[in-house]
Amino acid sequence: MSTISREEVARLAGLARIDLTGPELDRLAGELDVIVESVATVSRVATADVPATSHPLPLTNVFRDDVVEPTLPVEEILAAAPAAQDGRFLVPQILEED
Amino acid sequence: MADAPVAPTDDLTRRTAADLADALRAREVSSVEVTQAHLDRIAAVDGAVHAFLHVSADDALATARDVDARRAAGEDLAPLAGVPVAVKDVVVTRGMPTTAGSRILEGWVPPYDATIVERLRAAGMPILGKTNMDEFAMGSSTEHSAYGNTHNPWDLDRIPGGSGGGSAAAVAAYEAPLAIGTDTGGSIRQPGAVTGTVGVKPTYGGVSRYGLVALASSLDQAGPVTRTVLDSALLHEAIGGHDPRDATSLPDALPALVEAARAGRTGDLRGVRVGVVRELDGEGYQDGVRARFEESLDLLREAGAEVVEVSCPHFEYALAAYYLILPSEASSNLAKFDGMRFGLRVEPRDGVVTAERVMAATRGAGFGDEVKRRIILGTYALSAGYYDAYYGSAQKVRTLIQRDFAQAFERADVLVSPTAPTTAFRLGEKLDDPLAMYLNDVATIPANLAGVPGMSVPNGLADGLPVGFQVLAPARADDRLYRVGAALEMLLEQRWGGPLLAGAPELPVRAPEGSTR
Amino acid sequence: MSTTTAALVDYDEAVSRFDPVIGIEVHVELGTLTKMFDGAPTEFGAEPNTQVTPVSLGLPGALPALNRTAVESAIRIGLALNCEIAELCRFARKNYFYPDVPKNFQTSQYDEPIAHDGWIDVELEDGTVVRVEIERAHMEEDAGKNTHVGGSTGRIHGAEYSLVDYNRAGIPLVEIVTRPITGVGDRAPEVARAYVQTLRDIFRALGVSEARMERGNVRADVNVSLRPSPDAPLGTRTETKNVNSFRSVERAVRYEISRQAAVLESGGAVVQETRHWHEDTGVTTSGRVKSDAEDYRYFPEPDLVPVAASRTWVEELRATLPEMPVARRRRLQGEWGYSDPEMRDVVNAGAIELIEASVAAGASPAAARKWWMGELARTANAEGLALEELRVTPADVAELQRLVDSGRLNDKLARQALAGVLAGEGSPEEVARARGLEVVSDDGALLTAVDAALAAQPDVVEKIRSGNLGPVGAIIGAVMKATRGQADAGRVRELVLERVGAS
Repeated sequence: MSTISREEVARLAGLARIDLTGPELDRLAGELDVIVESVATVSRVATADVPATSHPLPLTNVFRDDVVEPTLPVEEILAAAPAAQDGRFLVPQILEED
Repeated sequence: MADAPVAPTDDLTRRTAADLADALRAREVSSVEVTQAHLDRIAAVDGAVHAFLHVSADDALATARDVDARRAAGEDLAPLAGVPVAVKDVVVTRGMPTTAGSRILEGWVPPYDATIVERLRAAGMPILGKTNMDEFAMGSSTEHSAYGNTHNPWDLDRIPGGSGGGSAAAVAAYEAPLAIGTDTGGSIRQPGAVTGTVGVKPTYGGVSRYGLVALASSLDQAGPVTRTVLDSALLHEAIGGHDPRDATSLPDALPALVEAARAGRTGDLRGVRVGVVRELDGEGYQDGVRARFEESLDLLREAGAEVVEVSCPHFEYALAAYYLILPSEASSNLAKFDGMRFGLRVEPRDGVVTAERVMAATRGAGFGDEVKRRIILGTYALSAGYYDAYYGSAQKVRTLIQRDFAQAFERADVLVSPTAPTTAFRLGEKLDDPLAMYLNDVATIPANLAGVPGMSVPNGLADGLPVGFQVLAPARADDRLYRVGAALEMLLEQRWGGPLLAGAPELPVRAPEGSTR
Repeated sequence: MSTTTAALVDYDEAVSRFDPVIGIEVHVELGTLTKMFDGAPTEFGAEPNTQVTPVSLGLPGALPALNRTAVESAIRIGLALNCEIAELCRFARKNYFYPDVPKNFQTSQYDEPIAHDGWIDVELEDGTVVRVEIERAHMEEDAGKNTHVGGSTGRIHGAEYSLVDYNRAGIPLVEIVTRPITGVGDRAPEVARAYVQTLRDIFRALGVSEARMERGNVRADVNVSLRPSPDAPLGTRTETKNVNSFRSVERAVRYEISRQAAVLESGGAVVQETRHWHEDTGVTTSGRVKSDAEDYRYFPEPDLVPVAASRTWVEELRATLPEMPVARRRRLQGEWGYSDPEMRDVVNAGAIELIEASVAAGASPAAARKWWMGELARTANAEGLALEELRVTPADVAELQRLVDSGRLNDKLARQALAGVLAGEGSPEEVARARGLEVVSDDGALLTAVDAALAAQPDVVEKIRSGNLGPVGAIIGAVMKATRGQADAGRVRELVLERVGAS
């Protein structure tokens, strides 16, 4: 498997929205390289004929009835927020559009 | 063979939960007395152990008073009514701080209760407080807590295991008769092993996950941390069973766990086939750990069990699969910690304040090293171009491990192994070697990948430190753990003349730094 | 973001040189009582953040629980669009950070949609039918709403901060994706509009959504690409987001065709990107460039178990499907005997249900159309209301017509009675009684009025007697005036002629 460069760690940190310092980038690049090499052994036995398991137990069709449940008190959730205004969560300006 | 004779003690904190429940039911003691005794114990020793991040004395005593009043009024109460319990800080508690051991949740007071907390409250069980843990349950030593180390009551210079080191240490140090843990790869069982306590990871879906701060959704399970197998059964029954808020919750009724534990105490295991997993008994296991394991197998044979060897060839890949699945799911589960709606918000140093940059700064400052490491690893494993090789392959290994279990359970009713390869290591010893730390979970991880239940029972000491014996059962057959675990416990106690923990050193009296954090 | 006007090629010229291919993604908000994954209510217009639970707010520990009605609605939409319903499908997490997405991932369906491979026939205004192929219909959850504050433009850029309301977060959506729609040439904008309109009608017929465009219940993203000829490979497409009215869908497609033609004609290349539609100026502007950096790290949602729609369940749901709008329209047109233009007007006025109900209540199809498309359409138009918002029911219309048919009201009186109904005075019968509206055909009362009118106009009487019947109308008018319109005009005429002796 390929090695994980410092640049790759920086790209992943961007995707994961985590500011990493220079020393952190260096350290993680080294550590992840070792870990990834170790965990890559899974591909040895994961052949095409083996189905993937996403859920440990095979349940299907678990539904909830369309019935209204109590909501959270708005004062309480806003009190726990870093910032709020006019009944809403105040967040810094959003540059990237979706 | 009846229950092992345990000398009655005036110290309420030394008594088992089953014993306390009986005494409460007989009105020999009040819940206020029991709860206060534990709060006093916490005040006396938690400065040395640091099992608790938050002690909720007022809340616990209020519950105790309420349950005493209800008992006095002749109300029909739950089996554990009035018996206090400690809760791992990964479980959401309304009105009580919940940090999951992370700086990023410092000061957060949830507006709701986890289902298991609702059940504890409904059962009239006073909640003593929240216990320390590795940040977001990532770790095997509790050293990754943002709020300081928890110390192993057997040797304060050693780790109490992890991630649920706080719950295990609290129970081992008699600060609580019962505690709630969570187990994603061994976080209940491995701390149980290294602190001489009992820990159970139920069948996946057997206990609601609603209100557990999620680490890896397909692996996480909450379960009991106690000093005896019967106490675990009692707590398991109190918190288990179907929950419509958790889509992965099993609709089945729980098996009769308390009954199985009581049956196990007879010491009769005739007709029970015990499978020794060849792959979990090899290199890397400390000598004393292997010796205790062999002795325990002999005891099981003496009790009438048939011991067979089984092979689970793909367990070799379990650790690798686990360290792909867990970080992948965790990278997504932990995305919500972004400083927008709750918890910590950190502005970038350069003062350029946008939502994107505040999120990144908050996560950079709020997460510890291990959390960052695993989020980056998980982001990598899920990212375009790598998914099939890593996450996809790991999910296939999961299938292979399930098949291994299925085949093994055709030959054995339960599978057994040492819970952890070594006894408690020294604080700081493995902190700089993540891979070595990950190896602690090699025996416990397969159960999480397959969703099957597992228990760790203390089975002796190696070099003066506790060792654990792991029992695994098929999904939904948690009762088998309790039968086999209780039998082994009874046989060992007969040999020792009492519980293992009775031999633990007395703790120095050192008050905690603050009653709450 | 630059809002400078792009170079455009005249539309007719653009479609003469290029073959447009369109694709449309429609999101419909389901009208369930609660959200997709929790019991928070979904009422429109509630105070901010009052319709959230730990789940829709994405609090630590919260877990999703799937709304059965939402799944049934999704399956019914799939069936109405002639789709296959997946025997087993899972949800996935689409991971991206955005403040209106509480968990920083959207729970959606990725490569396992609940419905796939369908089609729907779309009828254009001139009756041309175009078959649109459906690639997939899948379930997902809506995001919250950001309000940008502090900037001069009110849009994202220049805003100093945003306020977020999570009431909408978690409302169930079904996203319907077409396959590329080819071979429609210059009618692409019209087809796009008719397609979205057809879906809207289907959602309403199914009762799965109020499907109100102005509330954002139905939102369309339109993909447009051009190629030099119908046998050339598909060109690079743009995706214009959130086009939220029928008219805008048509305009946005038309605009993109003209814009892309200009880019291509000047030797440039169309950039694969997201574009934004500006309702006010009628243009699209460049948004985000789609790039490799967009990595959503999809994986199966471990917190939800798969949906395995049994064939029995699917057939039960199929049995609940109502007649589809186009078929129904054709049937009703036949039953009512309306001409094509008449039917089109009725459809465009949104009067089908009202006329159908009026007919069911006893009105003739012609009468029902006359009232709803005449007097009532004028009133609604003048007051800026939809027909169904008027204070008149189909039963009222049927009753009104009965009063006319029985001769109790004439046309003029009927209009007065209707005005009373619209004013909230009661049913037509009640209004007629309260206002004393009734055709007077009693000869005694009429004769008094006729004699008075004749006496007042002796010269007219003379003219009539001399055989000039023209002025009879003047006398009838005077009688009608005197009886406040309630006289039976035919009888008055007979009486006048009788009195004057001209008969």
